[in-house]
Amino acid sequence: MISKEEVEKIASLTRLELSEKEIEKMQKDLTSILDYFNLLKKAPLPRQSFAAQSDGGKSLGLRSDELMQKDNSVAEKIISAAPDKKDDYIKVKTIL
Amino acid sequence: MELTKLTIRQAHEGLKNKEFTSVDLTKAYLENIKKLNAELNVYLSVDEEGVSVQAEAADKTIATGKFGLLCGIPCAIKDAIMVEGQKCTSASKILENYVAPYDATVIKKLKEQGVVILGKANLDEFAMGGSGENSAYGVTKNPCDKTRVAGGSSSGSAASVAAEMACFSLGSDTGGSIRLPSSFCGVTGLKPTYGSVSRYGLIAFGSSLDQIGPIAKTVEDAKIVFEAICGKDKMDATSTDYEFENSVTNLKGLRIGVPKEYFVEGIDKDVEKIIRASIKKAEDAGAEIIEISLPSVEFALACYYIIAPCEASANLARFDGIKYGLSAEGKDLLDVYLKSKGHGFGAEVKRRIMIGTYALSSGYYDAYYKKAQEVRQFIKQDFAKAFEKVDLIFCPVSPVPAIKIGEKTDDPLSMYLMDIYTVSVNLAGLPGLSLPVGKVGNLPVGLQIIGNHFQENKILSVAAQLEEKF
Repeated sequence: MISKEEVEKIASLTRLELSEKEIEKMQKDLTSILDYFNLLKKAPLPRQSFAAQSDGGKSLGLRSDELMQKDNSVAEKIISAAPDKKDDYIKVKTIL
Repeated sequence: MELTKLTIRQAHEGLKNKEFTSVDLTKAYLENIKKLNAELNVYLSVDEEGVSVQAEAADKTIATGKFGLLCGIPCAIKDAIMVEGQKCTSASKILENYVAPYDATVIKKLKEQGVVILGKANLDEFAMGGSGENSAYGVTKNPCDKTRVAGGSSSGSAASVAAEMACFSLGSDTGGSIRLPSSFCGVTGLKPTYGSVSRYGLIAFGSSLDQIGPIAKTVEDAKIVFEAICGKDKMDATSTDYEFENSVTNLKGLRIGVPKEYFVEGIDKDVEKIIRASIKKAEDAGAEIIEISLPSVEFALACYYIIAPCEASANLARFDGIKYGLSAEGKDLLDVYLKSKGHGFGAEVKRRIMIGTYALSSGYYDAYYKKAQEVRQFIKQDFAKAFEKVDLIFCPVSPVPAIKIGEKTDDPLSMYLMDIYTVSVNLAGLPGLSLPVGKVGNLPVGLQIIGNHFQENKILSVAAQLEEKF
């Protein structure tokens, strides 16, 4: 069974607050799901490693990184969706 | 004439011949929504005022005599797809009051055709689920049996078409989310090839798997909608230059592959009987049935439930209480993150984020994420090999018909097992369609028709010929 500490560590990595009850249920659920993943140990080994198969995204045909002009109203709408804002800025709590 | 029974083609003919207007058609659907939505919970929002404006505009276009097949046709949109100015919740509390700042590309294309968007359809929160029960706004009930789920994650999209609360709808499919609810509700749903439809404006779940597609009353309707939404989009770098080719593939002489791995333990006997009978019908019509083997599909579900949560854990990191959606009070920035996510996400979304984070974390990456990516290559190769020998693959969509509400909610793994026949298609990036081919009692069963990449035309042509036999 996956430990309480392990669940807490993963939750903190992903910035997720869990209640005691949720942690307990998560231990149970993750354990049965991770057990199921053990099935993959039976899968054949590839002739080529995953890293060697990768071509750095070339085959995905990624677009070039260029500016696209957008109407100013889109920016306004995006800012207005923020929970806390001032003028044209999204407000966050102090970091330091 | 019952307007809500008409297919897209029939409604188009009626509009053309001035038998009724788009306003009439829209009113008929709104009446059904008023009558049924409180009980079935299909729509999360309906913008009545906006709907009549759209219908009136469509009628003006129709009056000019120059209009396409979708002009004036009322539809439902999964609430994970953005419609400018409308709320887009993805059925999550974290986006309860989020208003879409722009149109998804598929919406832009539908609006250009003059469709009428009735409202936003319910789903599993962030499209994570097979039953629709993970919606933060309550389960969508199956119109065929209200004690059962509509299937997920595009629960409202499938139910809206089945209950005549929309003429067609858009859903999205990451591991079966169009095909499964289509099968459960007895409607036709197409999951297109990865890359054939732009994902721009779809709230991301698993970016290497997600695909938007149509749910409709008939195969022809699904084809009409697919044709309207497919194609290259500069806003989605994974979309490809693809033009739908309207062609006829005859059932006679067609080589149909039936994977033996899909008919083993776990499949409901009645479902198997119906699927076998539908394969027999294809054979009687002159198709050649070939047993094939896809040995790696044994690993597909485990592979999927690693890759999809890994991608989800990255995609959902943006919901941190800063840029949009729910923002919980906290003493510092970290506390805002923790509490916003803790309060905003439901149990299944939390579970998937946790699985994904775990599988990507130091020390576990090789055993889970990397391994799953390797297995994904085998799955792709198995399908590629199969398509050297056969034209299409026939199999069930789901091992069971629609389950009872609450039947599997306590056991996530048993819920995941419902996706066993659908996830491989997403992992391999293939197109797949769910065609209603029979019923267990009053519960519909869908046949899954899988084609090679960008062979939607073949799937749709064959499905249309089969459809006539049921």
